[in-house]
Amino acid sequence: MPAGVTRAQVEAIAALAQLDLDPSEVELFTRQLCDILAYVDELQQIDTSGVPPTSHVAPGGASDRPDEVRPSLDPPDALANAPDAARETPLGSFFKVPRVIG
Amino acid sequence: MTTPAPSATIRELRDSVRSGARSAVEICREALARVRASDPALHAFHTVTADRALARAADLDRDRDRWRDAPLTGVPVAIKDNLCTRGVRTTAASKILETFVPPYDATAVARLERAGAVVIGKTNCDEFAMGSSTENSAFGPTRNPWALDRTPGGSSGGSAAAVAARLAPLALGSDTGGSIRQPAALCGIVGLKPTYGRVSRYGLLAFASSLDQIGPLTLTVHDAAIALNVIAGADPADATSAPEPVLDYTTALTGDIRGARIGVPSRLLENGPGGPDGIDREVAGAFRTALDAFASRGATLVDVDLPHARHAVAVYYLVATAEASSNLARYDGVRYGFRAPFDRHDDALGSMYARTRAGGFGPEVKRRIMLGTYVLSAGYYEAYYLKAQQVRTLIARDYERAFERVDAVAMPTSPTPAFPIGERVADPLQMYLADVFTVSANLGGLPAVSVPCGFTAGGLPIGLQLVGRRFDESAVLRLADAYERDTNWWKREPAHV
Repeated sequence: MPAGVTRAQVEAIAALAQLDLDPSEVELFTRQLCDILAYVDELQQIDTSGVPPTSHVAPGGASDRPDEVRPSLDPPDALANAPDAARETPLGSFFKVPRVIG
Repeated sequence: MTTPAPSATIRELRDSVRSGARSAVEICREALARVRASDPALHAFHTVTADRALARAADLDRDRDRWRDAPLTGVPVAIKDNLCTRGVRTTAASKILETFVPPYDATAVARLERAGAVVIGKTNCDEFAMGSSTENSAFGPTRNPWALDRTPGGSSGGSAAAVAARLAPLALGSDTGGSIRQPAALCGIVGLKPTYGRVSRYGLLAFASSLDQIGPLTLTVHDAAIALNVIAGADPADATSAPEPVLDYTTALTGDIRGARIGVPSRLLENGPGGPDGIDREVAGAFRTALDAFASRGATLVDVDLPHARHAVAVYYLVATAEASSNLARYDGVRYGFRAPFDRHDDALGSMYARTRAGGFGPEVKRRIMLGTYVLSAGYYEAYYLKAQQVRTLIARDYERAFERVDAVAMPTSPTPAFPIGERVADPLQMYLADVFTVSANLGGLPAVSVPCGFTAGGLPIGLQLVGRRFDESAVLRLADAYERDTNWWKREPAHV
Protein backbone atom coordinates (compact mmCIF):
# COMPACT_ATOMS: atom_id res chain seq x y z
CA MET A 1 0.00 0.00 0.00
CA PRO A 2 1.42 3.40 -0.86
CA ALA A 3 2.12 5.14 2.43
CA GLY A 4 2.00 8.68 1.14
CA VAL A 5 2.43 10.96 -1.80
CA THR A 6 5.73 12.59 -2.68
CA ARG A 7 6.28 16.00 -4.23
CA ALA A 8 7.54 14.30 -7.38
CA GLN A 9 4.34 12.27 -7.61
CA VAL A 10 2.22 15.38 -7.18
CA GLU A 11 4.17 17.06 -9.98
CA ALA A 12 3.66 14.03 -12.22
CA ILE A 13 -0.09 13.96 -11.45
CA ALA A 14 -0.35 17.69 -12.17
CA ALA A 15 1.22 17.09 -15.58
CA LEU A 16 -1.28 14.29 -16.30
CA ALA A 17 -4.14 16.56 -15.20
CA GLN A 18 -2.85 19.48 -17.33
CA LEU A 19 -2.53 21.76 -14.31
CA ASP A 20 0.38 24.19 -14.19
CA LEU A 21 0.75 24.33 -10.40
CA ASP A 22 3.06 26.76 -8.67
CA PRO A 23 5.53 25.44 -6.05
CA SER A 24 3.36 26.49 -3.10
CA GLU A 25 0.40 24.58 -4.55
CA VAL A 26 2.57 21.50 -5.06
CA GLU A 27 3.60 21.68 -1.43
CA LEU A 28 0.03 22.23 -0.19
CA PHE A 29 -1.45 19.44 -2.30
CA THR A 30 1.32 17.02 -1.30
CA ARG A 31 0.39 17.53 2.33
CA GLN A 32 -3.39 17.51 1.78
CA LEU A 33 -3.41 14.48 -0.53
CA CYS A 34 -1.34 12.62 2.10
CA ASP A 35 -3.97 13.46 4.74
CA ILE A 36 -6.89 12.44 2.54
CA LEU A 37 -5.25 9.22 1.34
CA ALA A 38 -4.35 8.30 4.91
CA TYR A 39 -8.02 8.68 5.79
CA VAL A 40 -9.39 6.67 2.85
CA ASP A 41 -6.94 3.89 3.71
CA GLU A 42 -9.63 2.63 6.13
CA LEU A 43 -11.21 0.97 3.09
CA GLN A 44 -8.31 -1.48 2.91
CA GLN A 45 -9.59 -3.24 6.07
CA ILE A 46 -12.86 -4.14 4.40
CA ASP A 47 -13.14 -7.59 2.84
CA THR A 48 -14.37 -7.02 -0.70
CA SER A 49 -13.41 -10.38 -2.18
CA GLY A 50 -16.02 -11.38 -4.73
CA VAL A 51 -17.89 -8.04 -4.42
CA PRO A 52 -18.65 -6.54 -7.83
CA PRO A 53 -17.81 -2.86 -8.27
CA THR A 54 -20.64 -0.34 -8.69
CA SER A 55 -19.88 2.18 -11.40
CA HIS A 56 -23.40 3.46 -11.85
CA VAL A 57 -26.79 3.08 -10.18
CA ALA A 58 -29.09 3.56 -13.18
CA PRO A 59 -31.34 0.49 -13.06
CA GLY A 60 -30.73 -1.43 -16.27
CA GLY A 61 -27.97 0.99 -17.24
CA ALA A 62 -28.26 3.83 -19.70
CA SER A 63 -30.95 3.56 -22.33
CA ASP A 64 -30.16 3.17 -26.03
CA ARG A 65 -31.47 5.40 -28.78
CA PRO A 66 -31.45 4.96 -32.54
CA ASP A 67 -28.22 6.10 -34.17
CA GLU A 68 -29.77 8.82 -36.29
CA VAL A 69 -28.57 12.21 -37.45
CA ARG A 70 -30.45 14.90 -35.53
CA PRO A 71 -30.27 18.67 -35.46
CA SER A 72 -27.62 20.02 -33.15
CA LEU A 73 -26.02 23.40 -32.43
CA ASP A 74 -25.53 25.70 -35.41
CA PRO A 75 -21.87 26.63 -35.96
CA PRO A 76 -22.39 30.27 -34.87
CA ASP A 77 -23.92 29.09 -31.58
CA ALA A 78 -21.21 26.50 -31.09
CA LEU A 79 -18.50 29.11 -31.61
CA ALA A 80 -20.20 31.90 -29.66
CA ASN A 81 -18.29 31.21 -26.42
CA ALA A 82 -14.91 30.44 -27.99
CA PRO A 83 -11.96 32.50 -26.75
CA ASP A 84 -10.68 32.53 -30.34
CA ALA A 85 -12.44 31.35 -33.49
CA ALA A 86 -12.62 31.82 -37.24
CA ARG A 87 -16.18 32.46 -38.31
CA GLU A 88 -17.48 31.82 -41.82
CA THR A 89 -14.12 31.98 -43.57
CA PRO A 90 -13.55 30.37 -46.98
CA LEU A 91 -12.13 27.39 -45.06
CA GLY A 92 -15.23 27.16 -42.85
CA SER A 93 -15.83 28.02 -39.20
CA PHE A 94 -13.51 26.64 -36.56
CA PHE A 95 -11.92 27.07 -33.13
CA LYS A 96 -8.44 28.56 -33.15
CA VAL A 97 -5.72 27.19 -30.86
CA PRO A 98 -2.00 27.74 -30.36
CA ARG A 99 0.29 25.71 -32.58
CA VAL A 100 0.13 21.97 -31.93
CA ILE A 101 3.46 20.92 -33.50
CA GLY A 102 6.63 22.70 -32.45
CA MET B 1 -50.93 47.91 -2.82
CA THR B 2 -51.02 44.63 -0.94
CA THR B 3 -48.22 43.96 1.50
CA PRO B 4 -45.99 41.20 0.20
CA ALA B 5 -46.47 38.03 2.19
CA PRO B 6 -42.86 37.08 2.87
CA SER B 7 -43.55 33.42 3.57
CA ALA B 8 -45.72 32.83 0.54
CA THR B 9 -45.36 29.29 -0.71
CA ILE B 10 -45.39 28.06 -4.29
CA ARG B 11 -48.96 26.93 -3.80
CA GLU B 12 -50.15 30.29 -2.43
CA LEU B 13 -48.45 32.35 -5.12
CA ARG B 14 -49.56 30.12 -7.98
CA ASP B 15 -53.15 30.01 -6.76
CA SER B 16 -53.26 33.78 -6.39
CA VAL B 17 -52.17 34.24 -10.02
CA ARG B 18 -54.45 31.53 -11.31
CA SER B 19 -57.47 33.06 -9.56
CA GLY B 20 -56.62 36.51 -10.87
CA ALA B 21 -56.21 37.89 -7.33
CA ARG B 22 -52.67 38.93 -8.20
CA SER B 23 -50.69 39.35 -11.38
CA ALA B 24 -47.48 37.52 -12.23
CA VAL B 25 -45.80 40.90 -12.80
CA GLU B 26 -46.76 42.09 -9.31
CA ILE B 27 -45.33 38.95 -7.73
CA CYS B 28 -42.19 39.17 -9.85
CA ARG B 29 -41.67 42.83 -8.89
CA GLU B 30 -41.97 41.96 -5.20
CA ALA B 31 -39.48 39.13 -5.51
CA LEU B 32 -37.01 41.38 -7.33
CA ALA B 33 -37.49 44.09 -4.70
CA ARG B 34 -36.68 41.59 -1.95
CA VAL B 35 -33.58 40.49 -3.85
CA ARG B 36 -32.46 44.12 -4.19
CA ALA B 37 -33.02 44.72 -0.47
CA SER B 38 -31.48 41.52 0.93
CA ASP B 39 -28.95 40.25 -1.53
CA PRO B 40 -26.20 42.80 -0.96
CA ALA B 41 -25.84 41.26 2.53
CA LEU B 42 -26.47 37.62 1.53
CA HIS B 43 -24.88 37.25 -1.91
CA ALA B 44 -27.24 34.41 -2.78
CA PHE B 45 -27.34 35.45 -6.44
CA HIS B 46 -24.65 35.75 -9.11
CA THR B 47 -26.93 37.07 -11.77
CA VAL B 48 -30.37 38.64 -11.41
CA THR B 49 -32.39 38.45 -14.62
CA ALA B 50 -34.80 41.27 -13.75
CA ASP B 51 -35.74 42.44 -17.25
CA ARG B 52 -36.12 38.95 -18.63
CA ALA B 53 -38.21 37.92 -15.61
CA LEU B 54 -40.55 40.91 -15.85
CA ALA B 55 -41.03 40.36 -19.58
CA ARG B 56 -41.80 36.73 -18.95
CA ALA B 57 -44.26 37.59 -16.15
CA ALA B 58 -45.98 40.06 -18.46
CA ASP B 59 -46.33 37.29 -21.06
CA LEU B 60 -48.02 35.09 -18.48
CA ASP B 61 -50.42 37.88 -17.52
CA ARG B 62 -51.26 38.56 -21.17
CA ASP B 63 -52.09 34.95 -21.86
CA ARG B 64 -53.91 34.13 -18.64
CA ASP B 65 -56.13 31.41 -20.12
CA ARG B 66 -53.20 29.40 -21.35
CA TRP B 67 -51.52 29.36 -17.92
CA ARG B 68 -54.66 28.93 -15.80
CA ASP B 69 -53.97 25.27 -15.00
CA ALA B 70 -50.16 25.26 -15.09
CA PRO B 71 -48.55 24.01 -11.87
CA LEU B 72 -46.15 26.96 -11.37
CA THR B 73 -47.97 29.90 -12.94
CA GLY B 74 -46.16 33.12 -12.00
CA VAL B 75 -43.91 31.47 -9.39
CA PRO B 76 -40.49 33.17 -9.11
CA VAL B 77 -37.68 30.64 -9.18
CA ALA B 78 -33.92 30.82 -8.66
CA ILE B 79 -31.55 28.48 -10.48
CA LYS B 80 -28.21 27.23 -9.22
CA ASP B 81 -25.51 28.61 -11.46
CA ASN B 82 -24.31 25.18 -12.60
CA LEU B 83 -27.55 24.66 -14.57
CA CYS B 84 -27.53 25.98 -18.11
CA THR B 85 -29.90 28.83 -18.92
CA ARG B 86 -30.10 29.81 -22.56
CA GLY B 87 -28.78 33.33 -23.09
CA VAL B 88 -28.09 33.83 -19.37
CA ARG B 89 -24.53 33.59 -18.05
CA THR B 90 -23.84 30.25 -16.33
CA THR B 91 -20.58 30.13 -14.40
CA ALA B 92 -20.69 27.19 -11.96
CA ALA B 93 -19.09 29.84 -9.70
CA SER B 94 -15.83 29.29 -11.58
CA LYS B 95 -13.51 31.82 -13.14
CA ILE B 96 -13.05 29.35 -15.99
CA LEU B 97 -16.71 29.90 -17.01
CA GLU B 98 -17.01 33.53 -15.94
CA THR B 99 -18.21 34.61 -19.40
CA PHE B 100 -20.02 31.44 -20.52
CA VAL B 101 -23.48 32.01 -22.01
CA PRO B 102 -25.13 28.66 -22.78
CA PRO B 103 -26.87 28.18 -26.13
CA TYR B 104 -29.47 25.89 -24.52
CA ASP B 105 -31.51 25.36 -21.35
CA ALA B 106 -31.09 22.50 -18.91
CA THR B 107 -34.11 20.20 -19.19
CA ALA B 108 -35.11 20.89 -15.56
CA VAL B 109 -35.07 24.65 -16.21
CA ALA B 110 -37.06 24.29 -19.44
CA ARG B 111 -39.63 22.17 -17.58
CA LEU B 112 -40.05 24.80 -14.86
CA GLU B 113 -40.65 27.47 -17.49
CA ARG B 114 -43.10 25.28 -19.38
CA ALA B 115 -44.97 24.95 -16.08
CA GLY B 116 -45.31 28.74 -15.79
CA ALA B 117 -42.34 29.58 -13.55
CA VAL B 118 -40.46 32.88 -13.84
CA VAL B 119 -36.67 32.59 -13.53
CA ILE B 120 -35.41 35.58 -11.51
CA GLY B 121 -31.72 34.71 -11.41
CA LYS B 122 -28.80 32.38 -10.95
CA THR B 123 -27.55 31.45 -7.50
CA ASN B 124 -24.10 31.21 -5.99
CA CYS B 125 -22.56 27.84 -5.18
CA ASP B 126 -19.25 26.16 -4.53
CA GLU B 127 -17.19 26.09 -7.73
CA PHE B 128 -18.50 23.23 -9.89
CA ALA B 129 -20.61 22.22 -6.85
CA MET B 130 -17.45 21.07 -5.02
CA GLY B 131 -17.84 22.02 -1.40
CA SER B 132 -20.12 22.11 1.62
CA SER B 133 -20.13 25.81 2.44
CA THR B 134 -20.37 27.92 -0.76
CA GLU B 135 -16.99 29.36 0.26
CA ASN B 136 -15.39 27.78 -2.81
CA SER B 137 -17.18 30.19 -5.13
CA ALA B 138 -14.78 32.22 -7.27
CA PHE B 139 -17.10 35.18 -6.69
CA GLY B 140 -17.19 35.24 -2.89
CA PRO B 141 -19.19 33.33 -0.27
CA THR B 142 -22.93 33.38 0.38
CA ARG B 143 -24.02 34.24 3.91
CA ASN B 144 -26.57 32.37 6.00
CA PRO B 145 -29.80 34.40 6.44
CA TRP B 146 -30.02 33.14 10.03
CA ALA B 147 -26.54 34.42 10.95
CA LEU B 148 -24.57 36.46 8.45
CA ASP B 149 -21.20 35.38 9.83
CA ARG B 150 -22.01 31.74 9.03
CA THR B 151 -22.07 29.75 5.83
CA PRO B 152 -25.38 28.61 4.36
CA GLY B 153 -23.83 25.20 3.73
CA GLY B 154 -23.22 24.03 0.22
CA SER B 155 -22.75 23.49 -2.48
CA SER B 156 -26.25 24.85 -3.32
CA GLY B 157 -25.83 27.55 -0.66
CA GLY B 158 -27.11 30.42 -2.80
CA SER B 159 -30.27 28.49 -3.65
CA ALA B 160 -30.85 27.62 0.02
CA ALA B 161 -30.21 31.17 1.23
CA ALA B 162 -32.54 32.59 -1.45
CA VAL B 163 -35.44 30.38 -0.38
CA ALA B 164 -34.75 30.79 3.36
CA ALA B 165 -34.64 34.60 3.00
CA ARG B 166 -37.96 34.43 1.11
CA LEU B 167 -36.44 35.85 -2.07
CA ALA B 168 -38.05 33.03 -4.09
CA PRO B 169 -40.26 30.14 -2.95
CA LEU B 170 -38.42 27.66 -5.17
CA ALA B 171 -34.81 27.19 -6.17
CA LEU B 172 -33.16 24.38 -8.08
CA GLY B 173 -29.99 22.86 -6.73
CA SER B 174 -27.83 19.89 -7.53
CA ASP B 175 -26.81 17.19 -5.07
CA THR B 176 -23.72 15.03 -5.59
CA GLY B 177 -22.98 14.25 -1.93
CA GLY B 178 -25.52 16.31 -0.01
CA SER B 179 -25.39 19.63 -1.84
CA ILE B 180 -29.16 20.17 -1.75
CA ARG B 181 -29.95 18.58 1.63
CA GLN B 182 -27.12 20.01 3.76
CA PRO B 183 -27.66 23.69 2.81
CA ALA B 184 -31.42 23.15 3.18
CA ALA B 185 -30.78 21.89 6.72
CA LEU B 186 -28.39 24.72 7.58
CA CYS B 187 -30.85 27.33 6.24
CA GLY B 188 -34.04 25.87 7.78
CA ILE B 189 -35.83 24.84 4.58
CA VAL B 190 -36.80 21.67 2.68
CA GLY B 191 -34.36 20.11 0.19
CA LEU B 192 -35.08 17.05 -1.93
CA LYS B 193 -32.53 14.91 -3.74
CA PRO B 194 -34.57 12.67 -6.02
CA THR B 195 -33.62 9.12 -7.01
CA TYR B 196 -30.71 8.96 -9.46
CA GLY B 197 -32.32 9.13 -12.90
CA ARG B 198 -35.60 10.66 -11.68
CA VAL B 199 -34.67 14.11 -13.05
CA SER B 200 -32.79 14.64 -16.31
CA ARG B 201 -29.23 15.90 -15.86
CA TYR B 202 -29.13 17.43 -19.33
CA GLY B 203 -27.68 20.93 -19.01
CA LEU B 204 -26.20 20.34 -15.54
CA LEU B 205 -22.47 21.11 -15.66
CA ALA B 206 -21.23 17.67 -14.68
CA PHE B 207 -19.26 17.08 -11.47
CA ALA B 208 -19.61 13.32 -10.79
CA SER B 209 -21.96 11.80 -13.31
CA SER B 210 -22.89 8.65 -11.36
CA LEU B 211 -23.85 10.73 -8.30
CA ASP B 212 -25.20 14.09 -9.56
CA GLN B 213 -28.93 14.72 -9.32
CA ILE B 214 -31.00 17.90 -9.64
CA GLY B 215 -33.70 18.72 -7.10
CA PRO B 216 -35.83 21.45 -5.50
CA LEU B 217 -35.27 23.62 -2.42
CA THR B 218 -38.54 24.96 -0.99
CA LEU B 219 -40.18 26.19 2.20
CA THR B 220 -42.56 23.25 2.55
CA VAL B 221 -42.68 19.56 1.68
CA HIS B 222 -45.83 20.12 -0.36
CA ASP B 223 -43.95 22.68 -2.46
CA ALA B 224 -41.11 20.19 -2.99
CA ALA B 225 -43.68 17.67 -4.26
CA ILE B 226 -45.17 20.23 -6.66
CA ALA B 227 -41.69 21.01 -8.01
CA LEU B 228 -40.78 17.33 -8.36
CA ASN B 229 -43.97 16.72 -10.35
CA VAL B 230 -42.71 19.29 -12.85
CA ILE B 231 -39.03 18.40 -13.21
CA ALA B 232 -39.21 14.57 -12.96
CA GLY B 233 -39.38 12.25 -15.92
CA ALA B 234 -37.48 10.61 -18.76
CA ASP B 235 -35.62 12.81 -21.23
CA PRO B 236 -34.16 11.67 -24.55
CA ALA B 237 -31.26 14.08 -23.95
CA ASP B 238 -30.11 12.17 -20.82
CA ALA B 239 -29.64 8.44 -21.37
CA THR B 240 -29.52 7.85 -17.60
CA SER B 241 -32.90 9.48 -16.98
CA ALA B 242 -35.34 6.80 -15.87
CA PRO B 243 -38.46 5.59 -17.69
CA GLU B 244 -40.35 4.94 -14.43
CA PRO B 245 -43.72 6.69 -14.46
CA VAL B 246 -43.90 10.08 -12.74
CA LEU B 247 -46.53 10.13 -10.01
CA ASP B 248 -48.42 13.11 -8.65
CA TYR B 249 -46.25 13.31 -5.55
CA THR B 250 -48.65 15.69 -3.81
CA THR B 251 -51.22 12.89 -3.54
CA ALA B 252 -48.84 11.01 -1.22
CA LEU B 253 -49.07 13.80 1.36
CA THR B 254 -51.99 12.45 3.35
CA GLY B 255 -50.68 13.11 6.82
CA ASP B 256 -51.40 9.46 7.59
CA ILE B 257 -48.21 7.63 8.51
CA ARG B 258 -49.77 5.03 10.77
CA GLY B 259 -47.95 1.74 10.27
CA ALA B 260 -45.00 3.34 8.48
CA ARG B 261 -41.67 1.95 9.57
CA ILE B 262 -38.72 4.30 10.07
CA GLY B 263 -35.22 2.91 10.42
CA VAL B 264 -32.80 4.52 12.84
CA PRO B 265 -29.14 3.56 12.30
CA SER B 266 -28.16 4.02 15.93
CA ARG B 267 -24.75 2.33 15.57
CA LEU B 268 -23.80 4.73 12.75
CA LEU B 269 -25.01 7.72 14.78
CA GLU B 270 -22.90 6.63 17.75
CA ASN B 271 -19.87 5.37 15.86
CA GLY B 272 -19.61 7.51 12.76
CA PRO B 273 -16.29 8.97 11.65
CA GLY B 274 -16.62 11.72 14.27
CA GLY B 275 -17.13 9.14 17.04
CA PRO B 276 -19.73 9.59 19.79
CA ASP B 277 -18.92 13.31 19.90
CA GLY B 278 -19.23 13.68 16.14
CA ILE B 279 -22.80 14.93 16.34
CA ASP B 280 -23.53 18.29 17.92
CA ARG B 281 -25.51 17.84 21.15
CA GLU B 282 -28.36 20.12 20.07
CA VAL B 283 -28.59 18.39 16.67
CA ALA B 284 -28.77 15.00 18.38
CA GLY B 285 -31.46 16.30 20.75
CA ALA B 286 -33.60 17.75 17.95
CA PHE B 287 -33.25 14.49 16.04
CA ARG B 288 -34.45 12.41 19.01
CA THR B 289 -37.40 14.74 19.57
CA ALA B 290 -38.33 14.44 15.90
CA LEU B 291 -38.30 10.64 16.14
CA ASP B 292 -40.77 10.91 19.03
CA ALA B 293 -43.03 13.05 16.84
CA PHE B 294 -43.07 10.34 14.16
CA ALA B 295 -43.89 7.73 16.77
CA SER B 296 -46.74 9.90 18.11
CA ARG B 297 -48.25 9.95 14.62
CA GLY B 298 -48.27 6.18 14.53
CA ALA B 299 -45.00 5.33 12.81
CA THR B 300 -42.86 2.53 14.18
CA LEU B 301 -39.17 3.15 14.86
CA VAL B 302 -36.89 0.25 13.98
CA ASP B 303 -33.20 -0.01 14.73
CA VAL B 304 -31.31 -0.76 11.52
CA ASP B 305 -27.67 -1.55 10.96
CA LEU B 306 -25.78 -0.06 8.01
CA PRO B 307 -22.38 -1.59 8.77
CA HIS B 308 -20.56 -0.02 5.82
CA ALA B 309 -22.15 3.44 5.92
CA ARG B 310 -19.38 4.81 8.12
CA HIS B 311 -17.04 4.33 5.15
CA ALA B 312 -19.26 6.33 2.81
CA VAL B 313 -17.15 9.50 3.03
CA ALA B 314 -13.98 7.63 2.03
CA VAL B 315 -15.77 5.93 -0.86
CA TYR B 316 -17.41 9.15 -1.94
CA TYR B 317 -14.22 11.21 -2.11
CA LEU B 318 -12.56 8.56 -4.27
CA VAL B 319 -15.46 7.97 -6.66
CA ALA B 320 -16.54 11.62 -6.94
CA THR B 321 -13.04 12.98 -7.52
CA ALA B 322 -12.23 10.27 -10.09
CA GLU B 323 -15.36 11.19 -12.05
CA ALA B 324 -14.67 14.90 -11.61
CA SER B 325 -11.12 14.64 -12.95
CA SER B 326 -12.55 13.14 -16.11
CA ASN B 327 -15.57 15.47 -16.43
CA LEU B 328 -13.51 18.62 -15.91
CA ALA B 329 -11.00 17.67 -18.60
CA ARG B 330 -13.27 19.53 -21.04
CA TYR B 331 -12.30 22.93 -19.62
CA ASP B 332 -9.24 23.58 -21.72
CA GLY B 333 -9.57 27.14 -23.02
CA VAL B 334 -10.58 26.05 -26.53
CA ARG B 335 -14.36 25.98 -26.93
CA TYR B 336 -15.66 28.16 -24.12
CA GLY B 337 -14.65 30.13 -21.10
CA PHE B 338 -11.38 31.52 -19.85
CA ARG B 339 -8.14 31.09 -21.83
CA ALA B 340 -4.79 32.03 -20.30
CA PRO B 341 -2.74 34.48 -22.34
CA PHE B 342 -0.04 32.81 -24.42
CA ASP B 343 2.82 33.81 -26.64
CA ARG B 344 2.10 32.95 -30.27
CA HIS B 345 5.78 32.22 -30.92
CA ASP B 346 6.87 30.39 -27.79
CA ASP B 347 3.85 28.52 -26.48
CA ALA B 348 2.26 25.35 -27.77
CA LEU B 349 -1.19 23.93 -27.16
CA GLY B 350 -0.26 21.87 -24.08
CA SER B 351 1.11 24.79 -22.11
CA MET B 352 -1.98 26.86 -22.97
CA TYR B 353 -4.17 24.06 -21.54
CA ALA B 354 -2.14 23.78 -18.34
CA ARG B 355 -1.98 27.54 -17.73
CA THR B 356 -5.67 28.00 -18.53
CA ARG B 357 -6.67 25.31 -16.05
CA ALA B 358 -4.23 26.58 -13.41
CA GLY B 359 -5.58 30.12 -13.74
CA GLY B 360 -9.24 29.21 -14.22
CA PHE B 361 -9.86 26.66 -11.45
CA GLY B 362 -9.86 27.46 -7.74
CA PRO B 363 -8.03 25.48 -5.03
CA GLU B 364 -10.77 22.97 -4.14
CA VAL B 365 -11.41 22.07 -7.78
CA LYS B 366 -7.68 21.62 -8.39
CA ARG B 367 -7.39 19.49 -5.26
CA ARG B 368 -10.19 17.20 -6.42
CA ILE B 369 -8.84 16.94 -9.97
CA MET B 370 -5.46 16.01 -8.48
CA LEU B 371 -6.94 13.39 -6.14
CA GLY B 372 -9.14 11.96 -8.90
CA THR B 373 -6.26 11.80 -11.38
CA TYR B 374 -4.12 10.10 -8.75
CA VAL B 375 -6.67 7.41 -7.86
CA LEU B 376 -7.27 6.62 -11.52
CA SER B 377 -3.57 6.47 -12.41
CA ALA B 378 -1.69 3.27 -13.16
CA GLY B 379 -0.67 1.47 -9.99
CA TYR B 380 -3.34 3.04 -7.76
CA TYR B 381 -6.51 2.31 -9.68
CA GLU B 382 -7.19 -1.05 -7.99
CA ALA B 383 -6.15 0.00 -4.50
CA TYR B 384 -8.29 3.12 -4.48
CA TYR B 385 -10.86 3.48 -7.24
CA LEU B 386 -11.83 -0.16 -7.71
CA LYS B 387 -11.84 -0.74 -3.94
CA ALA B 388 -14.10 2.27 -3.47
CA GLN B 389 -16.51 0.98 -6.11
CA GLN B 390 -16.67 -2.38 -4.32
CA VAL B 391 -17.40 -0.77 -0.96
CA ARG B 392 -20.00 1.34 -2.78
CA THR B 393 -21.74 -1.95 -3.60
CA LEU B 394 -21.62 -2.98 0.08
CA ILE B 395 -23.12 0.36 1.18
CA ALA B 396 -25.93 0.03 -1.36
CA ARG B 397 -26.59 -3.53 -0.13
CA ASP B 398 -26.78 -2.30 3.48
CA TYR B 399 -29.60 0.03 2.46
CA GLU B 400 -31.35 -2.66 0.39
CA ARG B 401 -31.33 -4.93 3.43
CA ALA B 402 -32.67 -2.15 5.64
CA PHE B 403 -35.47 -1.41 3.16
CA GLU B 404 -36.69 -4.99 3.51
CA ARG B 405 -37.76 -3.94 7.02
CA VAL B 406 -38.38 -0.18 6.85
CA ASP B 407 -39.87 2.43 4.51
CA ALA B 408 -37.25 5.08 5.19
CA VAL B 409 -34.05 5.61 7.15
CA ALA B 410 -33.85 8.71 9.38
CA MET B 411 -30.68 10.59 10.28
CA PRO B 412 -29.63 14.12 11.05
CA THR B 413 -28.84 15.79 7.71
CA SER B 414 -25.68 17.43 9.00
CA PRO B 415 -23.83 16.60 12.24
CA THR B 416 -23.62 20.31 13.07
CA PRO B 417 -25.64 23.47 12.48
CA ALA B 418 -24.27 26.24 10.24
CA PHE B 419 -20.59 26.91 10.94
CA PRO B 420 -18.73 30.24 10.79
CA ILE B 421 -17.36 31.40 7.45
CA GLY B 422 -13.67 30.54 7.30
CA GLU B 423 -13.73 27.92 10.08
CA ARG B 424 -13.14 24.84 7.93
CA VAL B 425 -11.47 26.28 4.85
CA ALA B 426 -7.94 25.31 5.84
CA ASP B 427 -8.78 21.66 6.53
CA PRO B 428 -10.49 20.01 3.55
CA LEU B 429 -10.68 16.60 5.22
CA GLN B 430 -12.67 17.99 8.17
CA MET B 431 -15.04 19.63 5.69
CA TYR B 432 -15.45 16.27 3.88
CA LEU B 433 -16.16 14.31 7.07
CA ALA B 434 -19.24 16.44 7.76
CA ASP B 435 -20.87 14.84 4.70
CA VAL B 436 -21.12 11.52 6.54
CA PHE B 437 -24.93 11.33 6.64
CA THR B 438 -25.66 12.59 3.14
CA VAL B 439 -23.22 10.85 0.77
CA SER B 440 -24.69 7.35 1.12
CA ALA B 441 -27.90 8.33 -0.65
CA ASN B 442 -25.86 9.44 -3.68
CA LEU B 443 -23.72 6.31 -3.65
CA GLY B 444 -26.89 4.18 -3.62
CA GLY B 445 -28.86 6.44 -5.99
CA LEU B 446 -31.58 6.77 -3.32
CA PRO B 447 -34.09 9.59 -2.83
CA ALA B 448 -33.63 11.67 0.31
CA VAL B 449 -35.24 14.76 1.78
CA SER B 450 -34.11 17.18 4.47
CA VAL B 451 -36.87 18.84 6.48
CA PRO B 452 -36.42 21.42 9.28
CA CYS B 453 -36.55 19.79 12.74
CA GLY B 454 -35.86 22.64 15.11
CA PHE B 455 -33.37 25.28 16.14
CA THR B 456 -30.35 25.51 18.41
CA ALA B 457 -30.54 27.73 21.47
CA GLY B 458 -28.60 30.26 19.38
CA GLY B 459 -31.32 30.25 16.73
CA LEU B 460 -29.63 28.17 14.02
CA PRO B 461 -31.80 25.73 12.05
CA ILE B 462 -31.41 21.95 12.30
CA GLY B 463 -32.41 19.46 9.59
CA LEU B 464 -33.76 15.91 9.64
CA GLN B 465 -33.05 13.60 6.72
CA LEU B 466 -35.21 10.75 5.45
CA VAL B 467 -33.72 8.34 2.88
CA GLY B 468 -36.05 6.09 0.90
CA ARG B 469 -36.16 3.24 -1.55
CA ARG B 470 -35.26 3.94 -5.15
CA PHE B 471 -38.13 5.78 -6.90
CA ASP B 472 -40.12 5.91 -3.67
CA GLU B 473 -40.00 9.69 -3.25
CA SER B 474 -43.62 9.36 -2.13
CA ALA B 475 -42.66 7.60 1.10
CA VAL B 476 -40.06 10.12 2.25
CA LEU B 477 -42.23 13.07 1.23
CA ARG B 478 -45.26 11.62 3.06
CA LEU B 479 -43.26 11.16 6.26
CA ALA B 480 -41.63 14.59 6.01
CA ASP B 481 -44.96 16.27 5.32
CA ALA B 482 -46.66 14.57 8.26
CA TYR B 483 -43.84 15.70 10.54
CA GLU B 484 -44.04 19.22 9.12
CA ARG B 485 -47.79 19.38 9.87
CA ASP B 486 -47.01 18.79 13.54
CA THR B 487 -44.12 21.19 13.80
CA ASN B 488 -44.29 23.89 11.11
CA TRP B 489 -40.71 24.95 11.74
CA TRP B 490 -40.66 26.53 8.28
CA LYS B 491 -42.95 29.32 9.44
CA ARG B 492 -40.21 30.82 11.54
CA GLU B 493 -38.42 33.47 9.49
CA PRO B 494 -34.76 34.42 9.65
CA ALA B 495 -33.76 37.83 10.93
CA HIS B 496 -32.54 38.86 7.50
CA VAL B 497 -35.85 38.70 5.68
